[in-house]
Amino acid sequence: MSEHISSVKLYVGIWLALLAGTGLTVFAAYVDLGPFNTIVALSIATIKAVLVVLFFMHVKYAHERMTKLVIVTAIFFLFILLALSMADYGTRLWT
Amino acid sequence: MATAVVETGERETYLNKEYGIKSWLLTVDHKRIALLYLMSITFFFFIGGFFALLIRLELLTPAGDLVEADTYNKLFTMHGMVMIFFFLIPAVPAVLGNFLIPIMIGAKDLAFPRINLLSWYLYIIGGILMVYTILAGGVDTGWTFYPPLSTEFLKTNVVTAALAVFVSGFSSILTGLNFIVTIHRMRAPGMTWNRLPLFVWAHYATSIIQVLGTPVVAIAVVLVALERLFHLGIFNPTLGGDPLLFQHLFWFYSHPAVYIMIVPGMGIVSEIVCCFSRKRIFGYKAMALALVGIAVVGFLVWAHHMFVAGISLYAALIFSLLSYFVAVPSAIKVFNWTATMYKGSITYQTPMLYAFGFIGLFTIGGLTGLFLAALGVDVHVTDTYFVVAHFHYIMVGGMVMAYLAGMHFWWPKISGRMYPEGWGRLAALLVFVGFNLTFFPQFILGYMGMPRRYWDYSKAPEFQILNVFSTAGATILAVGYLLPMIYFLWSMRYGKPAPDNPWNAAGLEWTIPSPPSTFNFDEQPVVTWEAYNYDEIKQEVPVAH
Amino acid sequence: MHTSPVAAAHPEAHDNPALLHHFATAEQQKDAASFGMWLFLVTEVMFFGGMFCAYLVYRYWYFGDFGAASQSLDIRLGALNTVVLICSSLTVALAVRCAQIGKQKSIVIYLLLTIVLGLAFLGVKAVEYKSKFDENHIPGQAGFHLAGHIPSHPDIPVNQAHAQVYFSLYFAMTGMHALHMIIGVGLFAFLTYKAWQGRYTSDYYTPVENAGLYWHFVDIVWIYLFPLLYLIDRHK
Repeated sequence: MSEHISSVKLYVGIWLALLAGTGLTVFAAYVDLGPFNTIVALSIATIKAVLVVLFFMHVKYAHERMTKLVIVTAIFFLFILLALSMADYGTRLWT
Repeated sequence: MATAVVETGERETYLNKEYGIKSWLLTVDHKRIALLYLMSITFFFFIGGFFALLIRLELLTPAGDLVEADTYNKLFTMHGMVMIFFFLIPAVPAVLGNFLIPIMIGAKDLAFPRINLLSWYLYIIGGILMVYTILAGGVDTGWTFYPPLSTEFLKTNVVTAALAVFVSGFSSILTGLNFIVTIHRMRAPGMTWNRLPLFVWAHYATSIIQVLGTPVVAIAVVLVALERLFHLGIFNPTLGGDPLLFQHLFWFYSHPAVYIMIVPGMGIVSEIVCCFSRKRIFGYKAMALALVGIAVVGFLVWAHHMFVAGISLYAALIFSLLSYFVAVPSAIKVFNWTATMYKGSITYQTPMLYAFGFIGLFTIGGLTGLFLAALGVDVHVTDTYFVVAHFHYIMVGGMVMAYLAGMHFWWPKISGRMYPEGWGRLAALLVFVGFNLTFFPQFILGYMGMPRRYWDYSKAPEFQILNVFSTAGATILAVGYLLPMIYFLWSMRYGKPAPDNPWNAAGLEWTIPSPPSTFNFDEQPVVTWEAYNYDEIKQEVPVAH
Repeated sequence: MHTSPVAAAHPEAHDNPALLHHFATAEQQKDAASFGMWLFLVTEVMFFGGMFCAYLVYRYWYFGDFGAASQSLDIRLGALNTVVLICSSLTVALAVRCAQIGKQKSIVIYLLLTIVLGLAFLGVKAVEYKSKFDENHIPGQAGFHLAGHIPSHPDIPVNQAHAQVYFSLYFAMTGMHALHMIIGVGLFAFLTYKAWQGRYTSDYYTPVENAGLYWHFVDIVWIYLFPLLYLIDRHK
C-alpha cells in the first residue's frame, strides 16, 4: 500500500506547534483586545484544528479527494446551521 | 456456470440457504436484513395506522366524546412519532434500498454488512422503547417535542420517547453511512456514476441528508431529556432559555427529514415510469442533479416551520424565499417523469398505477407547500388542517404510494413469486379513492379554519360533514392497505413462480434469478450499457399472469 | 459449498485473513473503512455542532453572565487538559506510524500511553466537576449561586438564570466530550489487546488508523471547547 508515512520529526513539530498555540491562546486571553479577543481565540483554535486534520489525520497526504470534500461538506453544513440560526437571533430586535 | 442447489434439489437462494431463527437474527446478508426490516416497519405501520383510526373516530363528531383531551394528545403524538420515525424514515431505504442497492450496482453486499445488521438492532431497540412508551401510558407532546411543554409541564413518558427517537436515529445514520460508502466504493466495473439507476442516486441523496441532519435532532432530544431530568433551563424562558432554540435544532433535521422520506420514493417512481413507458428517463442528468439539489437546498429552509413561532420577520423572509427555491428541483422531476411518459408505450400494471398516483398527489402536496411558504398565507393556515392535508398528500399520497409501487414492482425479485395482478389493481384503486376522500376535505377544513391537534370542534359544528367524509375515506384506505398484506403473504405460498425478469425491465437486478442467490451474482458483472436501455430491450411488458 | 468465480479470480481473498468476502481487494476494504470513519466523524461534527449552536445563541444573548461564569472555571486545569489531549494525539499518531512501519511492540506502548493520557484528562475533568459541585455551580439545583458581577461592570450582579444556562451548556458539552473520550479509551484498550496479540502489521492496521481519526476528532472538539468555555473575558 502506497501510504505516506510521516516522520517522527514532523509529528513532534506539529505537537510543539499545538502546544505553542495553546500557550498563545491563554496569554492572549489576558490581554485586552476588545472585540478581537474572541476572534483571536477562535483563529488560534482553527489553526490548531487545521494542523491536527492535515498532519495527524493525514489529510495533507490523502490520495483521496473524497476525504477533503467530506470535511468541507461537514464544515459547510455546520456553518449553515449556525449562520441561519443567527439570522433569526441577530435580527429579532430589529424593528 | 454451476448453479448451487440445496438438499431438496432446488436452486440455492438467499431464502433457502439456511433455515432457523439464528440464521435470520445473525445474518449479514443485505437481502435478509431487508426482510427483517420489512416485518418490523410493517408492524409499526399498523400501530401508527391504529392511532390514526382512533383519531378519525374521535373527529367523526364535533364533541370530544370518544376519548379524553389528554388521551387525544397522546393519539396524535404517537401516530406521528411511530409513522415518521418507525415507518416513513426507514421504510424504503431499509427495505428496498438494502435489498436492491448492492444488486443494482453489481456488488455482493453493502460495504459494511455487520453495521447493516447493527442498524436493524438499533431500530428494534428504538422500537421497543417506543412500544414501552406507548404501553406505559404514552406521550402527548406532539411528535415535535416542543419545550417547555415537554420539559416542564407534562408528566408523561417524554424521556423514553426521546430515547426511542435517539436510538432509531442512530440506526438511520448508520444506514446512510453504509449506503454512501457502498455507492462510492462497491460499484462493479463499468458502472459509472452516469449509469447508475436513479433509485441508487435517490438513496445516495437520502443518505447524505441522513448523515448530516439526524445528529442535530439527536442532540436536540438529548438536551430535552437532560433539561427534563435535571431541571435545566436551556429551552425554558422562565429560566433564561429560548424555546425557539429547540425548534431551530429540531427543524434543522426535521425539514430535511421529509426529504429523507420522499426522495427514495422518487427513485422508485423513476424506475417504474421508465419500465412501464418502455423509455429511457427524460433528462437523466437533470434528474440526478435534482436529487442532490433537493438534499442540499432542503437544509436551508427549516424555519418555515416556525413562521409564527416568534422568529424575526427578516429571518422569516429569508426562509420563505429559500423555501420557494427548494420546490424547483422537485418540479423538474415531475416534468421529467411526464416527459418520459410522452410517446411512451404505457401499460397499467399495479406498480405503474401507484406511480401515477404518486406523481399527481405529490404534485398537489408539493404545490400546497408553496402556499405555506408564502408568509401571508401561512399566517392564516398554519396549525390548521391545511398543513395536515399538505403533508399527508406528500407522505401518504406520495411516499406510501411509492413504497407500495416499489413493493409490487420488486416483489417478484424479493420473493420469487408474482402477486395477483387483479387484486393489486383493486387495492391501488381503493388506496387512491380512500386517500383522496380522507385528505382532500382536510384542505378545505384547514382553509375554513379548523385547527389541528384539537380533539373537540363543537364550537364549529359546520366542520362535521367534511370530517365524516375524511373518516369514511380513512376506512377505505385501511382496506386498501390491508389487501396487499394479505395477498403478498398468500403469494408466498400460492403465487405463480416469478421469472428472472417478469417486467422485461432494465437494471442489473433483473439479470439475476428471482429470488437471488446469497451472493447475488455468479460472476461480477461488467457494465457496458447506459441506464434504462429500453431502446435495446425489444420485448414489451408481459400482459397477464 | 461452491467457490464463487469472483473469489477464484482474487486468490488474495483466501491468503489475507483480514479481507472480508464482499470486497475484491484489501485496498478496497481499507478505503471503504476509512471513508466510513470520516462519514461517522461528519455525524459527530453535526452532533456537537448542535450544542455549539446553542452556545453561540446564548453567548450572544448573555455575554456578560457567560464571562462571569467562565471566570469561575480553573484556567490552569483547562489548559492542562488541553496539553494532555494534544500529547495524546501525538502518541496516537506515533502508534499509527509504528503500525505503518511494522514495529508491533511500539504500537502497544504508544496506545497504552494514549490511554493513560486519556484517563488523566478524565481525572482532571472529575476534579473540575467536583469543584463545581462544591461551589454550588450545578445548574438546576436549588442551591445554585454564582457570586459576583459581570466583568468590568461592578454594578451589575450576575443573573443567576443566565449563569445556569452557561453551566447547563458547560456540563452538556464537556460531559458529551468526556463520554466520547471514555468510549475512545475503551476502544484503545481493545486495540491495545489486539496489538499485543500481533494483529496489526504494515499490511493491516486499519482499526488503529480509524480509531486514531476518532481520537483526533475528539481532540479537535476540545481545542474549540477550551477557549469558548474557559477564556471568555479573562482580561477583565
